[in-house]
Amino acid sequence: MSAQDSVPGPGLAAGHGHHVSTPDEPTRRDFLYIATGAVGAVGAAALAWPFIDQFRPDAAALAMASIEVDVSSLEPGMALTAKWRGKPIFIRNRTPEEVEAAAGVPLEELKDPVARNANIPGEAPATNEARSAGEGRENWIIMIGVCTHLGCVPLGQAGDFGGWFCPCHGSHYDTAGRIRVGPAPENLLIPVFSFTSDTTIRIG
Amino acid sequence: MSGGHSTYTPKTGLGRWVDARMPLPRLVHDSFISFPVPRNLNYAYTFGAVLIVMLVMQIITGVVLAMHYVADPRYAFQSVEKIMRDVNSGWLLRYLHANGASMFFIAVYLHIGRGLYYGSYKAPRELLWILGVIIYLLMMAAAFMGYVLPWGQMSFWGATVITGFFSAIPLVGEWFQTLLLGGFSVDAPTLNRFFSLHYLLPFMIAGVVVLHVWALHVTGQTNPTGIEIKSKTDTVAFTPYATSKDALTVVLFALFFATFLFYMPNYLGHPDNYIPANPLKTPAHIVPEWYFLPFYAILRAITFNIGPIDSKLGGVLAMFGAIVVLFFVPWLDTSRVRSAVYRPWYKLFFWLFVANSLFLGWLGSRPAEGAYVIMSQLSTLYYFAFFLVVMPLLGLFETPKPLPNSITEAVLEQNRGRGHGGSAVPVGAAASPESKG
Repeated sequence: MSAQDSVPGPGLAAGHGHHVSTPDEPTRRDFLYIATGAVGAVGAAALAWPFIDQFRPDAAALAMASIEVDVSSLEPGMALTAKWRGKPIFIRNRTPEEVEAAAGVPLEELKDPVARNANIPGEAPATNEARSAGEGRENWIIMIGVCTHLGCVPLGQAGDFGGWFCPCHGSHYDTAGRIRVGPAPENLLIPVFSFTSDTTIRIG
Repeated sequence: MSGGHSTYTPKTGLGRWVDARMPLPRLVHDSFISFPVPRNLNYAYTFGAVLIVMLVMQIITGVVLAMHYVADPRYAFQSVEKIMRDVNSGWLLRYLHANGASMFFIAVYLHIGRGLYYGSYKAPRELLWILGVIIYLLMMAAAFMGYVLPWGQMSFWGATVITGFFSAIPLVGEWFQTLLLGGFSVDAPTLNRFFSLHYLLPFMIAGVVVLHVWALHVTGQTNPTGIEIKSKTDTVAFTPYATSKDALTVVLFALFFATFLFYMPNYLGHPDNYIPANPLKTPAHIVPEWYFLPFYAILRAITFNIGPIDSKLGGVLAMFGAIVVLFFVPWLDTSRVRSAVYRPWYKLFFWLFVANSLFLGWLGSRPAEGAYVIMSQLSTLYYFAFFLVVMPLLGLFETPKPLPNSITEAVLEQNRGRGHGGSAVPVGAAASPESKG
């Protein structure tokens, strides 16, 4: 290894051009090659971007306003499915037994111990209350009805834990929508929502 | 393309005029008429021809179906039913196209199986093999997107599950899935772009097929003995010998195809796909088309976390890994002998692999519960062990049978054996396996 090996710029034009320089010294031609290449690369990337960009959700898909759902007809043990952003939203008025069953589960038994509740900042533990509509409304559970495995819609009041069961690949969720057994990695996600009145839920 | 042995002599003035300017007739003549092929090719070597026929068939039926199909969630299902009921001969064209996809995969699996059995992937045919795997991948993408277009329940939920694979990728998964779908769930933008890509992919396949055939004509075909062509007596001309053999298989395959087409056109499909897509209700049993079932079983076999990789990502990695491993087969197989005919142990493991793949397919059609999960896991283990353990180790431990000196010798030996009612395997000429490349 000679000291010259570490000099940057291999001198592409050495021996070809009329420019007089030592072989390892960068030449004007080197500069032109690099400058042309750099401009070409930036230009190609700039041109490629619109072709990739058009794949992203368009303005119409993004402009999906929040929805309001009337839940006055839901007695305990009843549920409805609303559609939001093209996905099903499970809204269930849980029975006292279901609430009790969910509250009685020790957190260590959970496959995913995080609440996955968009209304609670940070990584709150997946207690029954953190999964429900909060204090005083523990009977209500509002979730995106999409299995966190590969996106199927789980069936309600089915599976080994009396909650939800995904028929596609056998994920069992409990009565608080928490993954207990099966390939799904996370609890059913809870969207941003609020009760605008005692009988109306606003989602999004 | 096949320089060095051109025997083309234009007979007419026009022929000479063209030949001097753009020698396409010469290329065709040298590649598909006078091209020398091993004299001992058997019927396992005819599925390449079947595949070309199927590709052309899919493109032609697809182009005309696209004249009647509407890629919009509101009309897609209806437009397919319109093709079935109103469009003249529409039922035939659609059944040809839908069953044609299945036939395409039957032929490609036989073609790949032939390659694995006779060691066609070994040097100097690695690129030929890799181009084949690329074609297979493109076929899978085309078939998947095509299955989405009728916008039935299986279309919709198959698309949801398969695009869900990408959400398993750490960090960028969700972003990439949204990019793929053009929204937050499978919807109009997804259907539209899948239609566009479904129309594009067959032409990309055709392009790679050209490279595949080019590579084949550079190295020449392998043959059941796995020995390279050494002299002119080892070969016959492509036409009429290979052409007529190919033609017979194509005709028999067409009969097989017609049996499905006319007597059970929906046997290979799924009844749920005759229910219009409903984004709020998943069918009780989502199963992909039969040709994806082994990979589906592998996906579902990973029900446990592996270190930092959760079961979801693990399943997706295993499934893609099952295809990616094919790219490395030329280097995983360490044996110096090419053909399974002379490899008693490889032959055994190969047929086990075939049986295991069929078993995986069956498991993929079962629900993911109970004993099926355990069986899928064991079966997945063998799938990978075949490539990653058996292939490398057999080359070191297996004692191959003696190879004949040449293709001609093997053929003569076989004919003599047949005369005595003996075995079809050529018996012990002097050659040692080490003497061949």
